[in-house]
Amino acid sequence: MNRQIRRVAAVVLCAFIALLAAPFYWQVVVAGRLTNDPRNARTLIKEYSIQRGKMVVSGEPVAESVPTPDKLKYKRVYPQGPRYGMVTGFYSLVFGRTLAEERFNSYLLGQAPEQFAQNLSDLLTANDTPGGTLTLTLDPAAQEAAEQAIGKNKGAVAAIDFRTGNVVAITTFPRYDPNDLSGHDPAQIRTAWKRLNEDADAPLLNRAAGGLYPPGSTFKVVTAAAALENGVTTSQQLPKRLTYVPPQTRRPINNFGGQPCRSAKPDKITLPEALTVSCNTAFAELGVKLGADKLVAEAEKFGLNASLEYQLPAAVSLIPREMDPPATAQSAIGQRDVRVSPLQMASIAATIANGGKRMAPHVVSQVVANDGKVVKTFRPDSLGQVIPGDVAAELQQMMVSVVEQGTAPDARIEGLRVGGKTGTAQNAPGRAPHAWFIGFTSQGEKSIAVAVIIENGGDAGSEATGGRVAAPVARKVMQAYLGSGQ
Amino acid sequence: MESRRNVELTLLLLALVLSVGGYIVVGLVADNKVPAGSLGYGATLAVLFIGAHLVLRWKAPQADPLLLPGAALLNGLGLVMVRRLDYAAVLRKGGHPQAPSQALWTVLGLAVFAAVIVLVRDHRVLDRYRYTWLLLGLFLLVLPAVPGVGQEINGARLWVRIGPFNGQPAELAKIALVVFLAAYLAERKELLATATYRVGPLLLPEVKYFMPMLMAWGVSLFVLFFEKDLGSSLLFFGVFVALLYVATGRFSYVATGLGLFMGGALIAYQLFAHVRVRVATWLHVWDYYDGRGYQLAQGLFALATGGILGEGWNQGQPNLIPFASTDFVFDAFGEELGLLGVTAMLLVYLLMVFRGFRVALAASDDFGKLLGLGLVISFALQVFVIVGGVTRLIPLTGITLPFVSYGGSSLVANYALIAILCRISSESTPAPARSRAGPGPGGAAESGELTVVR
Repeated sequence: MNRQIRRVAAVVLCAFIALLAAPFYWQVVVAGRLTNDPRNARTLIKEYSIQRGKMVVSGEPVAESVPTPDKLKYKRVYPQGPRYGMVTGFYSLVFGRTLAEERFNSYLLGQAPEQFAQNLSDLLTANDTPGGTLTLTLDPAAQEAAEQAIGKNKGAVAAIDFRTGNVVAITTFPRYDPNDLSGHDPAQIRTAWKRLNEDADAPLLNRAAGGLYPPGSTFKVVTAAAALENGVTTSQQLPKRLTYVPPQTRRPINNFGGQPCRSAKPDKITLPEALTVSCNTAFAELGVKLGADKLVAEAEKFGLNASLEYQLPAAVSLIPREMDPPATAQSAIGQRDVRVSPLQMASIAATIANGGKRMAPHVVSQVVANDGKVVKTFRPDSLGQVIPGDVAAELQQMMVSVVEQGTAPDARIEGLRVGGKTGTAQNAPGRAPHAWFIGFTSQGEKSIAVAVIIENGGDAGSEATGGRVAAPVARKVMQAYLGSGQ
Repeated sequence: MESRRNVELTLLLLALVLSVGGYIVVGLVADNKVPAGSLGYGATLAVLFIGAHLVLRWKAPQADPLLLPGAALLNGLGLVMVRRLDYAAVLRKGGHPQAPSQALWTVLGLAVFAAVIVLVRDHRVLDRYRYTWLLLGLFLLVLPAVPGVGQEINGARLWVRIGPFNGQPAELAKIALVVFLAAYLAERKELLATATYRVGPLLLPEVKYFMPMLMAWGVSLFVLFFEKDLGSSLLFFGVFVALLYVATGRFSYVATGLGLFMGGALIAYQLFAHVRVRVATWLHVWDYYDGRGYQLAQGLFALATGGILGEGWNQGQPNLIPFASTDFVFDAFGEELGLLGVTAMLLVYLLMVFRGFRVALAASDDFGKLLGLGLVISFALQVFVIVGGVTRLIPLTGITLPFVSYGGSSLVANYALIAILCRISSESTPAPARSRAGPGPGGAAESGELTVVR
């Protein structure tokens, strides 16, 4: 009988080995997948039981978690409503997280590797660990000024401290209020979500980082940079024509209003003169002479066709790598298939203003633990000297001339050296062009480069040029930033 | 052998520390302070565990020293989990707490343990009342099917409510039927082992000796069809086939048994929608998430979320699993104590099961061997069916996890089961002298006499 008992015991042992393997499968092999399954409420409940870190702008919270008596212990609120939603993103029970809430989630939860030591000591002392606080680089005065200056016009503003790459203002209109998506009532959240998604004006889209537009004449600074780097000098006389017809096409390129470009000589124009008056024919011809390859290479130095290295999701600005002469001519003046985000244009202005050294645009500068200790710092991050310093200096001078003698008188600020470039970008037939302005200035320690777009020229309609509609917005942001918190 | 009892005492103290420690931690996490009743709770458990230990020292000094500590540890951890789930339930909707009643059942369970040790001074006594056990077992088994007495809960008719008493009699029926089967088979194993028919590769005994097998199959099917209790049905039949195999040494019984079981299962699958749903849920749990699969999916989420180390006592969300304290208690442990915790738990079960096999191997008489084996198999099979079910190894059937799940009848029945194993081991240890001398019924069977009792 004992022999049979041993056999039965062997069968039972096999059964128990299978039993030991089963929890191993669920708790180790597929644990990650099941833990993050959206239907697994545990992960959410756990997240909501942690006091998620704040996001602060100049010490003021723009996102914070407040205790509630619900099953979900904390509620996410955004004290400034829609003002910072394009950076904070939302933290929703139903629709997950976006933007900084998503990208910096592990810091906000206090679970990033850098916070491990803190967590360990809290574990040993049985303290609850609140998440880390994100310090944003935004400047409240600049942000508010951008918001007010753009008013009810569809468009976007991006402003960067060009020496550090810190984003000091970034706004978009229309906006959404992240509070609408971040409560604890799923029905309410779904209603708000439906409304925001069905809105044709896409209020959830941050146009500053995620919108792609033809850059129009603002792109001429890139063409000018390519020319200067490829042997064209500032004193060199270039051909000046009433209209320019590129090779392989019969479609002419005209100047704004069909007028000849203003220059010292009747039939010649210099590069600075051409930029100052935004001369389409000169730049189109220059582009074709340089060739598509050099133009594309220059644009790519400024960051097109690649990630912007922004800390939050951003659209990739584009210029086609293969272009025939007609396309090259139009691309050289920022039309055709060139597509850029306002943040990318701000980065181009910043790179020129910063002597050719391109900085990664940062919007989060550090993560601070609740005991005040800095657990992570995002230092200014140089992406390299992308254009030579002397070329950058020449471009700066040309852009200052645009503001002082050219198309952007509305960007002038008394007592400051302001550089800029206007743009009036055609987008769809029969629709008013987009009004653009990019510019820079600095005062003491503070520096700023701004890009502004007003879709379809805002209220001013098709007659608008970037100078009249967009430049004043940039000026107000510059003034607010330079005048604030000295 | 004093050392056996000392080992037992040491292990019991360890079980006590883990149980009371868990109880305190649950309170600490919930209210940030040591629960007020901790001392009383610890003292009560200590009195119960050490009381049971002293009864063994007194009445069964040679009993196996690991069975009681294993049971005590599982019982103690189960109590902590039930109390922990109370915190969630009572906090949320002022529900009815289960811990006080589980604590009372623990007292009763250990009292039954002591009573069995004291009253059954020799396991062979049980042999004398074999038909009483059979009748008692069958009676308990059909009780839930009786209209007015039985209750259908969650699609299975397992429950009996008589006045304030409310339990699953199948738990107790299991033990009574194992005693009967052990007695019956110990006596007739030679007869059953005599093959007279050859059907293909199988050697079968005469039809009349084959009847018990068909009867057991019938009982299993009855439980399955009328009480829709897949788990108990599988349990009875499994125990029966294992015992028949051990008693006769004939593999043909196992083959036929498996065939019959599969036939029954197939019929059940065709006949009952709820069986089909069970199987479908098992195969496609994620597709059935919003319906029948919800509970199992929540159990698996609990396991996954617990991971290797677990969330810690009272720091997970096991209350998200419906019926976490009964069928799904294993997954609740997986969430709070992690893979390490549930693996340790399974190893405790494995240890107890193998001590049980040892008891059967060392038993000096056939009845003792078969009884010990039957009890151990029913215990192991129950663990396999429920743990396999909640880990999606096999289709889920709702039965309790021995000593751990909330449920009084299960706790009492399993303490009785462990007590009988302790008794058998206590009898067999000073082996040769005693078993040969004793003229008990087991001795008669062992000597090869064939007595047919009708």
